[in-house]
Amino acid sequence: MKRQPLTEIHAPCLVLPADNIDTDQIIPARFLTTTESAGLGRYAFADWRENPDCPLDDPRAGDCGVLIAGDNFGCGSSREHAPWALLDFGFRAVVSTSFADIFRQNAHKNGLLTVQLDPEAHRKLLTSPWEDVHIDVVGCTVTLSDGSEYQFPLDPFAKHCLCNGIDELAYLLDFEAEIMKYEESRTS
Amino acid sequence: MTQVPSTLFDKIWERHVVARGVDGRPDLIYIDLHLVHEVTSPQAFAVLASRNLPVRRPDLTMATMDHSTPTEPMDIAGGWSGIDPQAAQQLQTLCENCERHGIELFGPGSTHRGIVHVIGPELGRTRPGMTIVCGDSHTSTHGAFGALAFGIGTTEVGHVLATQVLLQRRPKTMRVVFDGPAPVGVTAKDLALAVLSRIGVDGGTGHVIEYQGPAVRDLSMEGRMTLCNMSIEAGARAGLVAPDATTFAYLRGRGEIPEGTEFEPMVQEWRGLRSDDSAVFDKEVVISCQELAPMITWGTNPAQAIQVGGELPILDDGNREAFAYTGHAPASTLLGSKIDVAFIGSCTNGRLEDLCAAAEVLRGQSVAESVRMLVVPGSETVKRSAEALGLDEVFRAAGAEWREPGCSMCIAMNGDFVPPGQLAVSTSNRNFAGRQGKGSRTLLASPETAAACAIAGEVVDPRRFLSTTGGVR
Repeated sequence: MKRQPLTEIHAPCLVLPADNIDTDQIIPARFLTTTESAGLGRYAFADWRENPDCPLDDPRAGDCGVLIAGDNFGCGSSREHAPWALLDFGFRAVVSTSFADIFRQNAHKNGLLTVQLDPEAHRKLLTSPWEDVHIDVVGCTVTLSDGSEYQFPLDPFAKHCLCNGIDELAYLLDFEAEIMKYEESRTS
Repeated sequence: MTQVPSTLFDKIWERHVVARGVDGRPDLIYIDLHLVHEVTSPQAFAVLASRNLPVRRPDLTMATMDHSTPTEPMDIAGGWSGIDPQAAQQLQTLCENCERHGIELFGPGSTHRGIVHVIGPELGRTRPGMTIVCGDSHTSTHGAFGALAFGIGTTEVGHVLATQVLLQRRPKTMRVVFDGPAPVGVTAKDLALAVLSRIGVDGGTGHVIEYQGPAVRDLSMEGRMTLCNMSIEAGARAGLVAPDATTFAYLRGRGEIPEGTEFEPMVQEWRGLRSDDSAVFDKEVVISCQELAPMITWGTNPAQAIQVGGELPILDDGNREAFAYTGHAPASTLLGSKIDVAFIGSCTNGRLEDLCAAAEVLRGQSVAESVRMLVVPGSETVKRSAEALGLDEVFRAAGAEWREPGCSMCIAMNGDFVPPGQLAVSTSNRNFAGRQGKGSRTLLASPETAAACAIAGEVVDPRRFLSTTGGVR
């Protein structure tokens, strides 16, 4: 059940500059009656894509592997359908100044990288739509085509799992003895 | 050796560490209660099936159906006619998964079915000091009991099903102190919206919030649930209120909790679940209670809230899109804005006390001709209790629809929704663009405010409709 390791991303970026993009925007609730996790990319930002100016329907959007979004991306519900939809659309990373906690966890568990930049670097990326971006997951850097490079923080365990395609469930199952010991300690 | 003062959060966390994270790894935290519903579980059960894994502790797992269930009465065959076929399949999948793994399910026809965060407490499953998770962000609700309760994604639902533990980074702590009692007419929902308007939609990110102060102590358990419920709207995965006499009175004899002499040792243990006086929090916020009033949101996130009679903010870059979507005029007032829908229900305000409060306002009054009002009890138990009090008659007589339990118009995935462009006053928790239906516009408020607005057909200060003896509830 090993996932594909994610060590670097080299792709054009798509910019959605709005702040506080909530998971209801990423995938509206009316699409959540599915029992599948595959094929949700067609519902990504479904309500936004009715606007003719929406960059997600630009012919270039299909090649974009990086989403640059405003502050506090992924707030709201715990629906993992949000990262599933973004990944299926083609994104491998989302860049913002901050992420909601549950979204960040859900993203990393599915191999979608979250890149948290300081506001100045973030502003630069917000104004660089369609530009090629290079992300080094191991070194935690984002590089633009003009050579400017920015560092980002990444939880060491999340990085370990992303870079090595670690399956966290298998990791947890290895703790069976500790879990049993804990349960015994509580009943005694 | 002197004991380091610790917070309520620290105490619960420490008791649940199965394995301490070393070399930069997160802690492994044991989960005491796992709540499951139809929307975020099928893919997790599928992972277990693909790996041939059992559910490790079905006895610590409890399932219900709420999100995609219709709120129309069931037909005589015990099914929902007119249900969306995909929703029906999702419900069926949950039935099969629970059957296969021996998980208790409050399914169609169950007298205890209801919104997951309403029935956990109601059945006495939610208890102080527990760790509780659910594939739903409003799991924070259960923090009202002094339980560490937080929402998880579907991958983590699978982790808990298979192992009963979660890999978690220890969050930071934040204390929100209400510096006095709440003024008359200010409800738990107003306290929650006041906190949000103060700290913003990301003010609690990375933190667990503990609510303290007289206004919190004065709240009933139901009010505390409303307050903790909306912690996630500030980005905090969990909210906490330390258990006290109000908590113990609620729990005594509830469900399988004993009420006699066996209950006392439980209380003794729960009394220790409080933050030490000198405990240090990573962040502190003090809310001045004197200035509080009934609140209402105007924008497209729950922190865009004002006092009902207050002035909307002036236009700026941060709110331009919210004003464009909602159509309200900057620097004006919401008072007098015509509403189309009033919705009472959800895990935020769908409990008996909420329905009582709305019914008090509506008794002998009529919902305005132009308004559709939907009252959706949070559970079968809430519904029965409300009907025993005759509240259904009050709602019907006023012209409101009295529905079956479920999440309904809060998330609008069961066929109940606010049509495009319409303005709804809702007691739910999110006013995101399209949350209550594509193109819907939402004003979040308390049950009292929603009921008052329904009568007036426009946004009004609910205190016009409240008896002068009303206070915090």
